[in-house]
Amino acid sequence: MATFSTNEFKSGLKIILDSDPCAIIENEFVKPGKGQAFNRVKIRNLKTGRVIERTFKSGDTVEGADVVDRDMQYLYNDGEFWHFMVTDGSYEQYQATAAVVDEAVKWLKDQDICTLTLWNDVPLAVTPPKFVDLVITETDPGLKGDTSGGGGKPATLETGAVVRVPLFVQIGELIRVDTRTGEYISRVKE
Amino acid sequence: MAEINWQPTCGIKQLRLRAQLLADIRRFFAKRQVLEVETPLLCHTTGTDPLLDFFSSDYRFLPQLQKMFLQTSPEFAMKRLLAAGSGSIYQICKAFRNSESGRFHNPEFTMLEWYRLDFDLFQLMDEVGELISTILAPRFPLKVIEKHSYVNLFEQITGLNPLLFSPTAYQTYASAQGFPEAADLCGEDHGLWLDFLFSFIIQPELGRQSVCLVYGYPALLSSLARVNPENPAITDRFEVFVDGLELGNGFFELADSEEQERRFDQENSERKTKGLPEVKKDQYLLAALTAGLPDCSGVAIGVDRLLMLLDNSQSIDDVLTFPIARA
Repeated sequence: MATFSTNEFKSGLKIILDSDPCAIIENEFVKPGKGQAFNRVKIRNLKTGRVIERTFKSGDTVEGADVVDRDMQYLYNDGEFWHFMVTDGSYEQYQATAAVVDEAVKWLKDQDICTLTLWNDVPLAVTPPKFVDLVITETDPGLKGDTSGGGGKPATLETGAVVRVPLFVQIGELIRVDTRTGEYISRVKE
Repeated sequence: MAEINWQPTCGIKQLRLRAQLLADIRRFFAKRQVLEVETPLLCHTTGTDPLLDFFSSDYRFLPQLQKMFLQTSPEFAMKRLLAAGSGSIYQICKAFRNSESGRFHNPEFTMLEWYRLDFDLFQLMDEVGELISTILAPRFPLKVIEKHSYVNLFEQITGLNPLLFSPTAYQTYASAQGFPEAADLCGEDHGLWLDFLFSFIIQPELGRQSVCLVYGYPALLSSLARVNPENPAITDRFEVFVDGLELGNGFFELADSEEQERRFDQENSERKTKGLPEVKKDQYLLAALTAGLPDCSGVAIGVDRLLMLLDNSQSIDDVLTFPIARA
């Protein structure tokens, strides 16, 4: 894999730090009036999601990380692994562990297109679609006539996720949810 | 066709602010009878500082092809004018530093440099404080001009002695401040440790509501500065800060030609160690120093950064018309 000099640091660059793949979020060039220049870098560890800050001497090089994002269709869960298929027509398949799927698990519905982040061709993280349409499997009947949605009630979805929905939304209905915030967006006509 | 972003990164307001700033600077020096001068941007050689990266170009003047350098500062040429009897002088010019790019750096930037005959370091520091507080007055009234010795300031903020190198003490302190990587980065390099601790821990605290001048830098950090006659561990050099931002660097100027040549050689050997190309010693400067540089102090101030403070900008791009990516 290529190495990168601090001169090439920019937001989004993937590098290896402490043997983990990381993505640069922010890079600040710091130089005293006379003397050694540094790069103070904000970095996300792509394995743990943790954000740390680290300083480099300007001109130093670090190893790049072979990290790519690929669109894949979620196929099924066999009890141990979650299986995905690349959407480029190659039918190439990948399996991800629970640790990799992590929070995305509560939004995964068969055939939805997700983004898999691969490190050295091994899944590192799963990002669900920004919006998913899911059926409500459980919620209180709620009050007739209330259409404002003020307050709302909890509803369990087919994937097990629990979101707040307006009072008028009922069991069996299909709703759209923003997976980044976990918020109800609207009802969906099938 | 892809959209081409041809527009300046600053606004029309910043164009006006810059014009006003330049006029204010010129008025400041006119009142003090300091002469405005111009010297070449393109020179036959450049500084030897291994930590300053330069731009070079080819000069085609038959029969020979010469390598020329874009100046990293107008220091050498201005000293030649001083030696020629110019009296106190100032210059507003472009300076170029390769591979320096960031929120506070553009490889091409505007520098204000001036030299005052018969000024000692403290007199020049007073003038720097006066200029900066006058210029910044419309935005924030910086009534206070603080002066701190580097050693006292360093001890006061970190509890460490900057002149006494203790890797363990430095390392423990840096880790406690959230910089565990400092140990690997700086190792046994005393100067590097000082640059690190000063840049990340001390500097951000400097010049809150004031113009903060720090003087007496450790000799190991100051390539061209004159060693203080009373304390050889420190030099007659200062830096100036406002709002955590370094604005400039000043010196009581080294006038000894032999000492200057020794520094050039020393820096060239450091360049060699680092695998950098050797830089031809500036024979014009050495000859001028031999002829005699009058006693003087000089300072260089980053004009774009002054403008950032005036404009409350977060990035140098906000006050430049066309930063390097769009130049």
